[in-house]
Amino acid sequence: MAKITLDNLAHSYLPNPGSEDDFALKELNHDWNDGEAYALLGSSGCGKSTLLNIISGLLRPSHGRVLFDGQDVTDQATAERNIAQVFQFPVVYDTMSVRDNLAFPLRNRGLPADEIRKRVQKVGAMIGMEAELNRKARGLTADAKQKISLGRGMVREDVNALLFDEPLTVIDPHMKWELRTQLKKLHQDFGHTMIYVTHDQTEALTFADKVVVMYDGRVVQIGTPQELFERPAHTFVGYFIGSPGMNVFDAQLSGAEARIGDTVVPLPGTYAATTGKVQLGVRPEFTRLSAGGEGLPVTIRRIEDVGRHKILRLDWQGQEVNALLPEGTPVPAGADRITFDPEGINLYENDWRISPQGRREAA
Amino acid sequence: MNKTVNQKAWFLVLPVLVLVAFSAVIPLMTVVNYSVQDTFGQNVFFWNGIMWFEEMLNSERMWNALGRQVVFSAIILAIEVPLGVFVALNMPKKGFWASFCLVVMSLPLLIPWNVVGTIWQIFGRVDIGLLGYTLDAIGIDYNYTQGFFAAWTTVIVMDVWHWTSLVALLAYAGLQSIPDAYYQAAKIDQASRWAVFRYIELPKMMGVLMIAILLRFMDSFMIYTEPFVVTGGGPGNATTFLSIDLVKMALGQFDLGPAAAFSLMYFLVILAISWVFYTVMVNLDKREGR
Repeated sequence: MAKITLDNLAHSYLPNPGSEDDFALKELNHDWNDGEAYALLGSSGCGKSTLLNIISGLLRPSHGRVLFDGQDVTDQATAERNIAQVFQFPVVYDTMSVRDNLAFPLRNRGLPADEIRKRVQKVGAMIGMEAELNRKARGLTADAKQKISLGRGMVREDVNALLFDEPLTVIDPHMKWELRTQLKKLHQDFGHTMIYVTHDQTEALTFADKVVVMYDGRVVQIGTPQELFERPAHTFVGYFIGSPGMNVFDAQLSGAEARIGDTVVPLPGTYAATTGKVQLGVRPEFTRLSAGGEGLPVTIRRIEDVGRHKILRLDWQGQEVNALLPEGTPVPAGADRITFDPEGINLYENDWRISPQGRREAA
Repeated sequence: MNKTVNQKAWFLVLPVLVLVAFSAVIPLMTVVNYSVQDTFGQNVFFWNGIMWFEEMLNSERMWNALGRQVVFSAIILAIEVPLGVFVALNMPKKGFWASFCLVVMSLPLLIPWNVVGTIWQIFGRVDIGLLGYTLDAIGIDYNYTQGFFAAWTTVIVMDVWHWTSLVALLAYAGLQSIPDAYYQAAKIDQASRWAVFRYIELPKMMGVLMIAILLRFMDSFMIYTEPFVVTGGGPGNATTFLSIDLVKMALGQFDLGPAAAFSLMYFLVILAISWVFYTVMVNLDKREGR
């Protein structure tokens, strides 16, 4: 177990990177605290797997250093780093039995045979494959194979960190839930540092203490699920977390008010004047629909009832806007305006969140 | 849908029947015909039963040729398969040098058999050949026309030179199909280089290696042109393999009956061994898919 430090880390797959766009992973300083469970969340191709492979040593970063407990491991091979990693697609050794597969990483480390037997038995039970331990791994279903891969990652107890690269993609939903719970339990029991890469927000939010959101090779926000929900630091976080994502409008800022089109929207605080592109973001949870009066004029495109609430798909000057309506609340008759709860409003300059200078005085 | 009955459709199969008949069935039947008859010339044949088969089965000459053939094929496989795998493991995986290696490796495969024979025939000559002259100059007694050992070595080295590429290319194709994640997982598991080969690369190559072994076995078991050009089956009968012996019997001595019986048995041996290979391969696939 170790604290993992990324020091001015960046990576480019090109030999002579020039502009920032050449970097698959942009400069990054971050500490992964010992014993915490992190989720690395982002869309495909945002550099999540690159970052993971750099930590495990499968990839050497082109810039910067990786430190384990303050010790520079940038040039150490994967085997020396003592890291467990599970990949998106199952990797099993076909010709070995399930038992030998699970024992393989331990045998390579030269553990005593009875210790190996004990741990394999334990992990076998954990992944629910006790009955199949003596079977050949060849010909098992994809999710059984992935369970073996997970088991091989979990069988070592002294690892510095456990890395998961979208490990549950091929597993069926019911088993997904169970394995995720097992992983959490494993984390509680052993306190490994865990980094879990995923593009599924539910998976990230349920698994991790802290969620790291990546976008376009950059870490845009690190925070608890609640922070990501209430104060998205980047429009991408707002859009990516939440179902449906945050509504974002182009706006003009003037002090404690913003203007969206012809409509004036009161803000939760006073903002300093900016020169960049200003946008106003508000989650569907904080968007209210009413008939007439103040607000942005909208038309209703359709209403989706998803059980716990209704999702209203609205149209404002050709742009899609979403609002949530709690279950049981009827859609107001003749509804054609939306207003926002001031607490739910965030302002963005060039996609990055700006904070208000001061709270607005109560009128 | 209503199906109409039209027996004229059989005519569509006719071209295939004719082709197969003329290319395989009729020539094979001619051989069968020769194998059960004898003649004293004048184009007069008479029934001879299985006399030729009995004679061939009791013929020391055929058993010797078969023995040499089996030894030759065994040596060829024992060298070419591991060597081909070794070469494939050490070829670059991508980039310019990968293509370069592929082209260089395929060159020997493109050269006709008798040209290969001629190349080595000249290469190995003590008076003008680079190899023969050099070996002679450094004091090694090498003369493939006289020495038993030199003749075998030459024929085997020639075959290895000609065909190892085939095994290497097939093994390389097998290796290329292994996803990167397997190697990465092996690194994570701290597997040794040997363990990577034994548990990842070899199992994934097994399918193509079986094809490579089958092809090399069939080809080496039927080898004719190259040893014929280089040694002519000599010195003595040292490199007289089954095909060379068969041609000597059929065309050299014009013993059509025994030669026909001989070739039928030859054919059956190859068919039997190939069938065994095929069965093993199909079962391997089945295990894969279970």
